[in-house]
Amino acid sequence: MKFAVIVFPGSNCDIDMFHAIKDELGEEVEYVWHTTESLDEFDGILLPGGFSYGDYLRCGAIARFSIVMQEVVKAAKEGKPVLGVCNGFQILLEAGLLPGAMKKNESLKFICGPVKLRVENNQTMFSNQYDKDEIVTIPIAHGEGNYYCDEETFAQLKKNNQNVFTYEGINPNGSLENIAGITNEQGNVLGMMPHPERAVDELLGGADGLKVFQSIVQQWRESHVVKS
Amino acid sequence: MYKVKVFVTLRESVLDPQGTAVMHSLHAMKYNEITDVRIGKYMELMVEKSDRPVEDVVKEVCDRLLANPVIEDYRFEIEEA
Repeated sequence: MKFAVIVFPGSNCDIDMFHAIKDELGEEVEYVWHTTESLDEFDGILLPGGFSYGDYLRCGAIARFSIVMQEVVKAAKEGKPVLGVCNGFQILLEAGLLPGAMKKNESLKFICGPVKLRVENNQTMFSNQYDKDEIVTIPIAHGEGNYYCDEETFAQLKKNNQNVFTYEGINPNGSLENIAGITNEQGNVLGMMPHPERAVDELLGGADGLKVFQSIVQQWRESHVVKS
Repeated sequence: MYKVKVFVTLRESVLDPQGTAVMHSLHAMKYNEITDVRIGKYMELMVEKSDRPVEDVVKEVCDRLLANPVIEDYRFEIEEA
């Protein structure tokens, strides 16, 4: 399976994302600059964290109009897995690939540290290696992770089981209904504020994030089995 | 040429954590008559006359980029410049 790590000016988790795929997962991965005009050769798209375009105007608002984003939208429509982490999540929201928006953390502070998450839905292509209701520890690092959507949208998220990860015990940022990660209705686009790529090896303090990537590969293999 | 002033604020239905913090600070300073603070953004655009009405152009860029309609409202003022 071949992954693209999209790099915007100001991305800063791209190397961690690359490392997670290449060294921990052992799959193919390439950095893809934001001016790239085709993602056809890739099977999975990863939008890393960081501060694309300096978070000017709103987090993700400028990156959303990058040339490569048209291709990300196309890949999402084709059903390819698209994962946005942190700033990547914010970009997916701004692009309308996921519903809702981010506000400043309730505390108004940038927060950084490991948090506990509950796996609300383990039937997605991003979470099938977890158990339902499994509690995992994955780090967060953001100033604007306070997820918001209107009641109607939240009802839809709930009805379609689009809430994949919720904060467990402590809500660190004021996020609506403890939401930490959601998918689109089709289930092939996941945005999450916690950084699974920072939790892929015990040396990093934990490997609970690795299963996000293993889930993607597992689903891809299953759907690409050649029946003989 | 037009000078356009765009004001973007969080929607009334959306809690504004920055505004709330500033209001608490004002109350600590004994300005108890202030009951609400909403913090927003102010932008100035210079827009050349074109075959499209300036209102349409400004509304379109507000909807597409300058404001996020999920959480923000905007209004604008247009002056001849």
